[in-house]
This record gives sequence, structure tokens and C-alpha cells, in this order.
Amino acid sequence: MSVIIPKKSADEFFEKIKELSGQDIKLCMQCGTCSASCPMSEHMKCTPRKAIHLAQLGMDEMLHEQNTCWVCASCHTCSVRCPRGIDLARVMEAVRQLTLRKNENFIEPSKMTAEEIKNCPQIALVAGFRKLTS
Amino acid sequence: MKIKYYPGCTLKYKAKNLEDSAVASLEALGCEVEEIERWNCCGAVYSLAEDDLIHKVAPVRDLIRVKEQGGDKVVTICSMCYNTLARANLMMKEDEEKRDTINRFMDEEIDYAGEVEVLHLLTFLRDEIGWDKVKEKVKKPLTDLKVAPYYGCTLQRPEEVGIEPLGSFELMSGFLEAIGAIPVDFPGAAMCCGSYQVLGNAEAVQDAAGKIISTAQTAGAEALAASCPLCEYNLGKEQDVQIFYFTQLLAAALGLDAEVSRFELNTGNAGELLKRKNFL
Ligand code: SF4
Ligand code: SF4
Repeated sequence: MSVIIPKKSADEFFEKIKELSGQDIKLCMQCGTCSASCPMSEHMKCTPRKAIHLAQLGMDEMLHEQNTCWVCASCHTCSVRCPRGIDLARVMEAVRQLTLRKNENFIEPSKMTAEEIKNCPQIALVAGFRKLTS
Repeated sequence: MKIKYYPGCTLKYKAKNLEDSAVASLEALGCEVEEIERWNCCGAVYSLAEDDLIHKVAPVRDLIRVKEQGGDKVVTICSMCYNTLARANLMMKEDEEKRDTINRFMDEEIDYAGEVEVLHLLTFLRDEIGWDKVKEKVKKPLTDLKVAPYYGCTLQRPEEVGIEPLGSFELMSGFLEAIGAIPVDFPGAAMCCGSYQVLGNAEAVQDAAGKIISTAQTAGAEALAASCPLCEYNLGKEQDVQIFYFTQLLAAALGLDAEVSRFELNTGNAGELLKRKNFL
């Protein structure tokens, strides 16, 4: 499969991620430590390592089709283990923010059942809405 | 000893068992617990986007409350509150530009530059009370109870706010020893339970929680000690190992009335296990 990456938008995307996360994803050497450490990776269509690769290549549309950042629990395991010192939890946040800032939600609070809301600890609701809704 | 205490929203409702057992235990250890006045929710998660300062206003406001009410330390119990407050504090201490923006934004408040020290209750117990004093006050040691000390994701990461260095679990193990229990070393101690993804990806949370519980069980734990209401919720759904708040174990060891621990709010039969072992 050949993919043509328009240089300008790749750079723009890369810069946007850097601005939001403060992280230089070009440092990633694709070792896969993040994916191996991630407690959620089995439920990701694309592991954290692959997601970084897509971001490195500026393939933002393909990255947005993945669920990686929406399954990420911001646990920072990858961040403390990355041998290149990339705070990957911040990169995930940047990718989430790029969608959330367009007013798109990943979960719809109005669709939660009364039972679910009653049972959930308050921090689950506050944190979940903060991370998964705009 | 007087201490300033930040409860956070979950401890006032869903995790009343965490708050009540902690406050009663602290009082039994000779502390006068002063809840911060006019505190607000810390936001539960620390905002990771560089430009997102508005979500840091809430935790900073709490720290300002402590400072204006004359405190130089604040003790908090919920792991997520601890993480959020400690990181916001560090930012106010170290990032001059952000500090300045936030202080100017909150021009109705006093200026803040990270003067307050944010302490997790476990750190407070070790450093300000001391394990020897705790041991002295224990009336019903939890002899032979095998407990897995569980830190989850927010007590050690990121490293700059960790209550102890990555990979070391001496703090909670020391606590468990002080109350007579046997700390069980297990590989899931710092694994994440899936956290807020219980709202978005419940199945992934179930798998993550299941792994933690099965490593604790394999290591021989009968119970697991937690300090986070979200961990308790996610892990509690797995029935194989009983989840307690560490403060409930403390209250039991101090010989306090079982009512302060409000075991009915735990998932599973937390009180039953302690009763069966004659700790209640
Ligand atoms: S651990 Fe770091 S260097 Fe390795 S693949 Fe992940 S982001 Fe890249
Ligand atoms: S921060 Fe996200 S991507 Fe990284 S290990 Fe945790 S869940 Fe996985």
C-alpha cells in the first residue's frame, strides 16, 4: 500500500501535537515499550506505539479513526517507561483534545442510565466527562 | 496535633466509608482534623494539555483556601485528589509564566506560589505520626491477614509527585505491618484499574481490574488495601479478593467501632471477612 503524505499538513499536525502536549514525538524509536506496558492496549484497535507512528507520519485522519486515545486511561505507565522520555499520556491528551475541541463527544452523558450515575463514584463522573466529552 | 484536611467530593458521598474511617482513626491517633472551609472539587484529573490552564484553577483555588486559612500543609486521602492537587501545586511552584497567568486570572484571590505542602494520608501517618506510635495505639492487630498494598496509577506517577519512588511499595507495606497485617508483594501494585474508562470502555476496565485481582490472589492475598474510590469501584466488581480502604483496616486495628468504617458502602462483604477473623 502506498501512502502519499502531503508535507505541509504533516508538519502542521506534528506542530499541533507538540504545542498541545509539549512532547516531541519524532524522538520515538518505535520500541513498543509503551504498548507492552499499557493496561488498556488489548482493547485498542491500534496500540500506543502504532498511534505514535501514525502521528510521526502526520497521518492524522487515520489516527483519528483509531480508538487509542479514547481507550487510554491516562495512567502514565507508558510515560514513565518510555526510553526516549516521551510523556505519551500527554500525546494521548493532545489527540483527544483535537477532537473534543470540535465539540465532538466520545460518550454522551445524557445516555447514561440513572442506575449507572447513582453507582459511579463522583470522581469517575468528573474524570470521565473531563476526558471523554467536550 | 491539628491538621488541615481536604476531602474532595467522592469522600462526601460514595466513599463516606473512606472519610469516616480516616477521620475517626486520625482522632484516635491524637489529631484534630480541620476540614478546609469552602473547598471545591479538584477536577479529579490533572489537565495534560499545555494550553489548558482553566482546569488548573480549581485545584489551585483549594490550595489558596489552605494558605488563607493559615495552613502550610494539607492532608488528602483520595489518590486522585492527591495527584491533582500535588501536580497543580508543583506547577504553581515551578512554572513562573503559568503561575503568573493563574494568579492574575484569579485576581479576587490572594497570590499563590506553591507554599502549601500537599500530603497523602499515608505519608502523613509515616512522617508526622510514625509507625511506632501507630503500633502503640493498635488494640486489635490484624494478625496474619494477608493484604496486597495497592497503589494504582496516581500515587506514584508521575514520579515528581509520587508518594514514593516507582517500584517501591514500602510506604503502604510499612503501614500494613504497623497494624499487624502481612503485606503481600504482588505485581499488580502499580497497575492501573482502567480508571474513568469505566464510563467509556467498561470491558477494558473489567479486564484491567481482573488482572490486578488475579495477581493479588496468586500472590496469596486475602484482601487488598486501596486509597482511591475509583479503584475500589472498579476492583470491587471482581469478587475474588476483598477490597478495603486502608483507613478501614486502620480503624479496625485501632479497635474503633465498626460503624465508622461503613462497610455497607464497600462492594462485597468487607465487614464479614474482618468479623470472621475476629478483628471486629
Ligand atoms: S516507549 Fe517511547 S520510544 Fe518506545 S515506542 Fe513508545 S513512545 Fe516510542
Ligand atoms: S497512559 Fe494511556 S496509553 Fe499510556 S499506558 Fe496508560 S492507558 Fe496506555
